[in-house]
Amino acid sequence: MNPFLSIAESRRLLVAKKISPQELLQELEQRITQVNPQVKAYLSWDSEKASQEAASADLSKPLGGIPIGIKDAIVVKDAPAHSSSRILEGYLSPYDATVVSALRNAGAYPLGRLNMDEFAMGSSTESSAFHPTYNPWDLSRIPGGSSGGSAAAVAAGMAMATLGSDTGGSIRQPAALCGCVGMKPTYGRVSRYGLIAFASSLDQIGPLTHTVEDSALILNAIAGFDPHDSTSLKLPSEDFTAEIGRDLKGLRVGVPKEYFVDGIEPEVRTSVEAAMKQLSSLGAELIDISLPHTKYAVSVYYIIVTAEASSNLARFDGIRYAHRTKTEGDLLSLYEKTRAEGFGAEVKRRIILGTYVLTSGYYDAYYLRAQKVRTLIRRDFDEAFKKVDVIVSPTSPEVAFSCGSKTADPLKMYLADIFTIAANLAGICGLSLPCGFSEKHGTSLPIGLQLLGPSFAEKTLFRVAHAYEQSTQWHQKHPHR
Amino acid sequence: MSHSHSLDVTYLARLARIRLTPEETELFEQQLDRVLEHVNLVNELDLSAVEPMAHAISVFDVVREDEPQESLPKTAILKNAPHQANGLFVVPKVLD
Repeated sequence: MNPFLSIAESRRLLVAKKISPQELLQELEQRITQVNPQVKAYLSWDSEKASQEAASADLSKPLGGIPIGIKDAIVVKDAPAHSSSRILEGYLSPYDATVVSALRNAGAYPLGRLNMDEFAMGSSTESSAFHPTYNPWDLSRIPGGSSGGSAAAVAAGMAMATLGSDTGGSIRQPAALCGCVGMKPTYGRVSRYGLIAFASSLDQIGPLTHTVEDSALILNAIAGFDPHDSTSLKLPSEDFTAEIGRDLKGLRVGVPKEYFVDGIEPEVRTSVEAAMKQLSSLGAELIDISLPHTKYAVSVYYIIVTAEASSNLARFDGIRYAHRTKTEGDLLSLYEKTRAEGFGAEVKRRIILGTYVLTSGYYDAYYLRAQKVRTLIRRDFDEAFKKVDVIVSPTSPEVAFSCGSKTADPLKMYLADIFTIAANLAGICGLSLPCGFSEKHGTSLPIGLQLLGPSFAEKTLFRVAHAYEQSTQWHQKHPHR
Repeated sequence: MSHSHSLDVTYLARLARIRLTPEETELFEQQLDRVLEHVNLVNELDLSAVEPMAHAISVFDVVREDEPQESLPKTAILKNAPHQANGLFVVPKVLD
């Protein structure tokens, strides 16, 4: 069987009884057994549980019989959930995240725990406390992050689809670097209940898939109001596939000059510019726009994200969850040693910085100012979306970089998210899909095209992305392993 | 500890309840100084007329009907506790 089957194709085979859900799972597990030892996308998977779920699959439901890989930050009942951190080693979730219940309601079932940067803090999956994940296109390179396991599993044919979470690009950037489709929904579209919190005002769960259509199918299942998440929104239910297949005539595509600056790899620029031409030949109109506060996005992000993280991660204190230091001592030293042992370097660094920007005396200079600049970034998008329907840019300024090349320099790692961060700050939706390959490094490395839409315009993003995808062959190319 | 850095990592680590080694303290001071330098960009804007934004889409006063609902059983919650007894979390002695 072709390990790169889409959900839509698999569903056709399942419904026509050409394959059973158990066979589909077996094929997938065979592939995982064969490929995961090199790529290391999965931390674990429960074969027995999965085969029970496959056996009882209800094929009449929209995702009936489809197994979905889950990022280690999203909890599944009775399964481990570490957020790839030692501090949660041994933790078994007593409940399903709302997105997991939603997938079950749609007939799908969770398969396996996918590696990530520890607490989603990183852009390479190298900060996982367990092991790095490797890019299936070139094992000496990173898969991106923080949802690196989720992207690598799809790219390597070890999952049809996975869930990731995106706080500053953590779905879109690994999707770009691994050559799959990654979607960050509008903030509030998908419940965060059961997502181990990193930065609550920015975090959003979304799908990673082979195709744009599959992405819309997953969003159909997971979107919706949830009384357990007070930031989830009460919106009328939508079919996110509704505009798939519609042509691009009359569509206005914004090209922000601030996103086409120095520092983009020439192959990335060439591919993205070719993709823009392609959109134009499909009937879209390209319009130059400006997002003047773009250069502040990384600064604003690292103030807000660390502030929120330092607060969210205060709950890991050695009392309620999983890890507690073995050394004797009073309560204060129990906290201090538990956290020293349980957190990795990047998590400690961000908690320290977050503590600093929230400290009285610096709060106004950093946190409050960052929140104000966030308003300006949001306004930039509001203005732009008066003139255009979607915005196009590279997802990442470069292709997958070599393992270890940025770990010593946090700032360099932070700048890897330069094109994806603003969407989280503004709360709008974004999607990355393959738009070419760089052959410069002696191997094919995927390049991602980012499409940004105003809040609640996911349907438009899927329309544009699908039209582009179907007019190119990029999504049919897979790594040789 | 060090006065050449803008961040006192020793003090901040104590606030954040993380015991750092001297090597970590030194390294974080150097690395975070560089990050702060970049982050200081936000100080070049005039923001006097700008409202701060805490959430992308602000929803206020989210309340549900006050109906009793079942929550997770205590045993399910305590299963993940590193140390528990008699249905309680066990902590080191706080008062003498």
